Amino acid sequence: MRTNTKLFIVAGLLVGLALALFLSPFASSKPDGLEKVATDEGFDGTVGDHDTADSPLADYGVEGVDNEKLGTALAGLIGVLLTFGIGLGLFAGMRVLAPRSNSPPDGRASGSGPRQHTGVR
Amino acid sequence: MHVPDGFFNAGTSVGAGVVSAGTVAVCLKKASAELNDRLAPLAGLTAAFIFALQMLNFPVASGTSGHLLGGTLAAVLVGPWAGTLCVALVLLVQGMLFADGGLTAYGLNVLLIAIIPAFVGYALFRAARRLLPATSGAVVSASAIAALISVPVAAAVFSILYGIGGAVDLSFGAVLGAMVGVHALVGIGEAIITAAVVSAVVSVRPDLVYGAADLRRPYADLNPSGTAPAAS
Repeated sequence: MRTNTKLFIVAGLLVGLALALFLSPFASSKPDGLEKVATDEGFDGTVGDHDTADSPLADYGVEGVDNEKLGTALAGLIGVLLTFGIGLGLFAGMRVLAPRSNSPPDGRASGSGPRQHTGVR
Repeated sequence: MHVPDGFFNAGTSVGAGVVSAGTVAVCLKKASAELNDRLAPLAGLTAAFIFALQMLNFPVASGTSGHLLGGTLAAVLVGPWAGTLCVALVLLVQGMLFADGGLTAYGLNVLLIAIIPAFVGYALFRAARRLLPATSGAVVSASAIAALISVPVAAAVFSILYGIGGAVDLSFGAVLGAMVGVHALVGIGEAIITAAVVSAVVSVRPDLVYGAADLRRPYADLNPSGTAPAAS
């Protein structure tokens, strides 16, 4: 991976963290499209308690943080970092476990060689 | 559009779970063949970014909000196979830790929020690109069009599934009309956010955008300064 790609990933992660930290506390708290339709059409009554309602991060808050906006911001920060970490592990793991038949044996699939056809047309 | 526990009967939840599990298995296989040094970390970033964007509910009508589904965005950035996995991962984190999206409805949510938007969105994206010039601007426009339509399509699929196995017996037409109506508005937000992110990435690193692979200059990666070539 080129340094520039690493820089791009880090910069992208920082933007994502900033969105979660600074914008999510000010997101609309109105019911979303499905919740609104469920209420209007009368099928919201069958919702059960969520299995992880006791999670310390339930409903995008942080247990023990009473300030709602701060809790949302921290929950967002934790969620973005966790998703990034699990995602990196998942996709890097898939690369390691994948059969190598589609990649040239000299590792040139890493983007330093002739074009790979990985997109549209 | 996260489906909570209890909206659907067990048969429909299990059925959607089987379909989603099968599709995710295919995505794991197909994405594994495509992943390289750049796509793997980019897919992790895409998942994290969609988690952040899904928290940003925007107002769509009086007393109603909407948030990004992200399937089309992920598919344009890292391809429909890895893109589906990105959103499925976001849904898993949300369901397991944030009590968002029922665990018994996980298969339904993967189908409605990951698989349908990613594959319908990517098909629409490709169709739009065929009609548009081969420029980075057209990549942005095509992603916006695809995102716009992908949301009401997912809402329509929800309505069909609710007609099959919803917990309450309702008029199919009423649910369909209400779901597609409000999600047509959510789609506008989806289109704006998708276009903004795709536009930003295409302007900085067009070579990292899966859906813009045909715009890459040969050997652009060998540019030692690491600056992205102007794509338009």
